Amino acid sequence: MSQEYFLEVRGLKKYFEADRASLFSREPRFVHAVDDVSFNLNRGEVIALVGESGCGKSTLSLLLMGLEDPTAGSIMFDGRDITHLNDHERKSLRRKIQMVFQDPYESLNPTQTIEEIINEPLLVHGIAKDKKERSGRVIKAMEDAGLKPAEVYLNRFPHELSGGQRQRVVIAAALVLEPEILLADEPVSMLDVSIRAEIINLLAELRITRQIAVIFITHDLGSVGFFADRVAVMYLGRIVEIGAVLEILESPQHPYTKALLSVIPVPNPRLRHERIILQGETPNPIDLPTGCRFHPRCPLAMDACTSNDPPFITLSKTHQAACLLLK
Amino acid sequence: MLLKRLGWALFTILFVVILNFFLFRILPGDPARQGIRDPRLSLETINAIRVRFGLDKPVINCFETLNPIKIGSCGVNPLDTQFFIYVGNLLKGDMGTSFYYNRPVEEVLGERLWNTILLIGAGQILAILLGVIFGLFAAWKVRTALDYTALISGLVAWSLPTFWLAIILLFWGTNMGLPIGGKATPGMSSYPFMDQLGDLFQHLFLPTLAYTIIYMGEYMLIMRSSLLDVLAEDYIMAAKAKGLSTFQILKDHALKNSMLPLVTIIAINLGFTVAGVIQIETVFSWPGLGGAIFESVGRKDYPLLQGAFLLIAICVILANLIADLTYSYLDPRVQVD
Repeated sequence: MSQEYFLEVRGLKKYFEADRASLFSREPRFVHAVDDVSFNLNRGEVIALVGESGCGKSTLSLLLMGLEDPTAGSIMFDGRDITHLNDHERKSLRRKIQMVFQDPYESLNPTQTIEEIINEPLLVHGIAKDKKERSGRVIKAMEDAGLKPAEVYLNRFPHELSGGQRQRVVIAAALVLEPEILLADEPVSMLDVSIRAEIINLLAELRITRQIAVIFITHDLGSVGFFADRVAVMYLGRIVEIGAVLEILESPQHPYTKALLSVIPVPNPRLRHERIILQGETPNPIDLPTGCRFHPRCPLAMDACTSNDPPFITLSKTHQAACLLLK
Repeated sequence: MLLKRLGWALFTILFVVILNFFLFRILPGDPARQGIRDPRLSLETINAIRVRFGLDKPVINCFETLNPIKIGSCGVNPLDTQFFIYVGNLLKGDMGTSFYYNRPVEEVLGERLWNTILLIGAGQILAILLGVIFGLFAAWKVRTALDYTALISGLVAWSLPTFWLAIILLFWGTNMGLPIGGKATPGMSSYPFMDQLGDLFQHLFLPTLAYTIIYMGEYMLIMRSSLLDVLAEDYIMAAKAKGLSTFQILKDHALKNSMLPLVTIIAINLGFTVAGVIQIETVFSWPGLGGAIFESVGRKDYPLLQGAFLLIAICVILANLIADLTYSYLDPRVQVD
């Protein structure tokens, strides 16, 4: 493999120490939040990470941001290993990779004005020493994020804005550093449905105008077809299927992906199709099932699934899935 | 809406003035009967004393006295009743005459109020500073030995009985050769100013120490838990993702937000602090307001108590007003109305 990717994640793992199995056991047990995740990202590409709550999507985003230290694995960015960095290197990297948090009601400091919030990254990184230049960049970022006219919002406080406007502020604060990768951790899940489309449109636009690569984390497969190039489906800390967006949406191969897709509401009631409703709860990430980790809930599980952990099967140049049924 | 707030503050003070006045008229005793217990006192003298303090006038229309309740004439000129004379004099800054000192109350309290403000001021400022700093370190180094030490000593300091701590410090101070009572060494007034100041600091040391220890523990614990809450917020994580260092996060994001609960507690404390300061002032014979209250209760010096209560009420109301204004400055979500 000589091809160099913009961002390359290899075998990334993050285990959190949970508890001990019993009072007398010495070995602590671990939550397998992210368990052997690998994927690539090209410059300007949008990848959607899809999965249900607790599948490790958010932990993965924290690992990519360097806000958590991985247990194992490596992250390469632009040909450079960024898995473990010291504070100084990490800080300079933060300019390149920025994040949009899930909840715009929580991720803005209530005591700062919008201008202070968006200006802060510039100050911290010592970009644009000149005050006038800074305010120019702040206004540019705000208008790119759809806060127009920017002057109206500059001296407001977060609590004076709506959820959608707040999320635009969060996006503007990320954009102001002109990052190359934008990590969006469920950026619309806390917003009203009417606002969601606007924010997704905004991200899609930015990707075209600014050539930003976007890692879009979501639990809603319905919204990804809209602007993602590729989709990765996660289950219990691992990617089970990854492929171009059409491949995933039109010919899903993994039973979990099929189940997720089958429950997306279809606008046309005549196109009623069979819904696959998964039985049971997500297994405990401390005691992972043996073999394929999806087998306890899989409608197609065979005997072999309980003992064999399925390897990735390459289905096309871009499409891969981990299931024993694929041969 | 600052004016509305001020209006409410004034209204509260007026309410306190009225309540305070009748409270001390219901209590038994007057200077002629309780202050001077001399059987040879002639009726004329007793009446003269009552006239001297204005106690011969009816309390208010329709009531001669409130203890024992004696119904009087309702046709009295209202301006010639004790209540309206009191209110009228109060507006002129005259709080009456102390039964015990036989001097104007405002004069006696004036000296003592400044001593108390000196003690509370020094103590509160130290307690806030140290409490915030220790609380910050405890939260920053959470679940380490430093944190647990701070937590336990904070709890211990908070739960110590004030008078007990003061007495322990008194013994310790005696061994250390520190002055343990009063505000100045007798005869100090003839020394140069700097010597007098040094003497004052020596006398201030023990009571301030006692006061600081009691309040610091509380502030530290509240600062610690409030800071831990704030540090768990998403915007702290967001700040980290923006590239801020730990110091910058603490300084720019965490401190201001975690100060909010502390401001409320400090304002409430300034109200309750008078109770604590009575104990400290009594143990260290500090000539402050608290000591004056303690002594005046025994002496049944009602005008002095009445004046002291009013002063305390005004201080509490002002402290709350300031806290409200500070709050709206610290937290833009709060609007003063």
